[in-house]
Amino acid sequence: MTTLTVPSAPETRSARDAGAGDRSATRPGSKATRRGNAAAGIVAWVVALLFFFPVLWMVLTSLHSEPDAAGNPPKLFAPLTLDGYRTFFGSASGASPWPPLINSAEASVVSTLLVLCLAIPAAYALAVKPVRRWTDVMFFFLSTKMLPVVAGLLPLYIIAKQIGALDTMWYLIVLYTAMNLPIAVWMMRSFLAEVPPALFEAASLDGAGIVRTLRSVVVPIASPGIAATALICFIFSWNELLLANTLTSTVAQTAPVFLTSFVTSQGLFLAKVSAAATVISLPVLIAGFAAQDKLVQGLSLGAVK
Amino acid sequence: MAVTTVDPPVFPAPARLTFRDKWLAKDGWARRGPLLPALVFVIVLTQLPFVATLVISLMRWNSNYPDDIGFTGLSNFTTVFTDADLRSAVFVTIEMTVVVVLVSLVLGLGVALLLNRQFFGRGIVRTLMIAPFLIVPVAAALFWKHGIYNPVYGLLNGLLTLVHGPQVDWITQYPRLAVDVQLIWQWTPFMMLILLAGLQSRPAEVLEAAAVDGASPWKVFRFITLPHMRRYLELGALLGSIYIVQNFDSVYTLTAGALGTANLPYQVYETLYSANDYGLASAQGVIVVVGSIVIATFALRTVSTLFSEEVSR
Repeated sequence: MTTLTVPSAPETRSARDAGAGDRSATRPGSKATRRGNAAAGIVAWVVALLFFFPVLWMVLTSLHSEPDAAGNPPKLFAPLTLDGYRTFFGSASGASPWPPLINSAEASVVSTLLVLCLAIPAAYALAVKPVRRWTDVMFFFLSTKMLPVVAGLLPLYIIAKQIGALDTMWYLIVLYTAMNLPIAVWMMRSFLAEVPPALFEAASLDGAGIVRTLRSVVVPIASPGIAATALICFIFSWNELLLANTLTSTVAQTAPVFLTSFVTSQGLFLAKVSAAATVISLPVLIAGFAAQDKLVQGLSLGAVK
Repeated sequence: MAVTTVDPPVFPAPARLTFRDKWLAKDGWARRGPLLPALVFVIVLTQLPFVATLVISLMRWNSNYPDDIGFTGLSNFTTVFTDADLRSAVFVTIEMTVVVVLVSLVLGLGVALLLNRQFFGRGIVRTLMIAPFLIVPVAAALFWKHGIYNPVYGLLNGLLTLVHGPQVDWITQYPRLAVDVQLIWQWTPFMMLILLAGLQSRPAEVLEAAAVDGASPWKVFRFITLPHMRRYLELGALLGSIYIVQNFDSVYTLTAGALGTANLPYQVYETLYSANDYGLASAQGVIVVVGSIVIATFALRTVSTLFSEEVSR
């Protein structure tokens, strides 16, 4: 310990490390930490199950018969059946859910592809060889995301009415593209910023133009980031209700809109409603769990990694 | 990169100036080109509609009276603030945003602190926690309305029956609470994710040093974790506010704006659809935007500190 009186950097460090080792050996710290972790684990499990229970209950209810689903007290162990799903998909109760589901899929997938086509070049221009004042451009994109949808709802509705775009898929696709583009630009920029610039330089030295560079260098390298971005954009488009509810009615109706008009029938319908809610949430659950690791980055517009 | 850009004045500048200028300009467009489609697209579809809303908010325009369209100045705004329903919508929006954001932030921080420790099945717990956020908002609201809040066969009353408790008509008796709780259930996972990312980015050296110095868990939390987490808490609060100020799905599905739960986005929709009053709907929209801009200003500042750190790294 006398070395401490002559403080040269590496020695002090080793002295401190030694001290740390001593102390943790004498204190029962590690044991307490382990006990604390176990307690935290139990609490965490309880809280997580509490939060998860409504989801579980929704799926379980969707697999019960209508009388069992409407039981009070709840029948947790009632026999399982697919009747709820059969009623939902069979158009016995009215309109078939397939056109809205297909519309939703079309709007989400096509708008996501459009978003990627626009966002990848933009992110390249912002990350790899940044244009001047590129941070300002980034923050412009971000600020548009903070403008509530209702701010533009009315003009979008009036324009749609004037040009006959009400209840059409393409109008919804264009709007979803605009809605998700800022998120995609932020996410893609943060993914591209992690790629070593030397790779892009090599491409340009070999005489590759911008399109070529994007296609043969950027896209392959950034494919995990592109996939995560695509999944996030897909989720946002699939979930969207306000625009779809205002701008579509029968032809271009999406799944969320269909769901809101679903509960009109008389009698017991809880199993059917649960089945509908489960079916409509399934793509988002799959996409969300697939993108789990990048979810935070997407939701925080790339601000948090 | 740095080496190539710090070009010492070896070139005889005047002789090459025009050529270099042209080359630079060309390069500028080559660089800017890929950015433009996205930029133009976003400007046309988000900025122009808002400008239109601003103009319409100053107009007398009800589609039921197509012959009576004109400029009225600020009278639509006066209506928003004098009409009791609309004023209540302003307060409901504020209350809902504040309550949902604060409660889910606190719950999210608690869960994130738990998840930041080592225990059995941590990955599964994280996955279970995220699930509520991955239920389509309309679907979640619809199931909560019928499967959980319903007075006859909802889960809450079902559980109360098991313990011989009273039966409650949740949505009718506690409409705002019902909306708030459903939203908190969906947004806590979001906060948890952001705060967990924050916790995991705490500098390991500092934590080790604190452990070496024998700091108590509370002191570590108070003097290291909280200051570090401040920005993440701010970010969670602000992003959450931006999304919840705009909430439409839950209000529309759970109560259809009845029982004093109508918030501004729902009011805008309602004014537009039922009253067909374009001028008034626009004025309401402008007010939502003004509120959002206040939040967004802070949000942008927070993001920009996190962002500049990343850039400087």
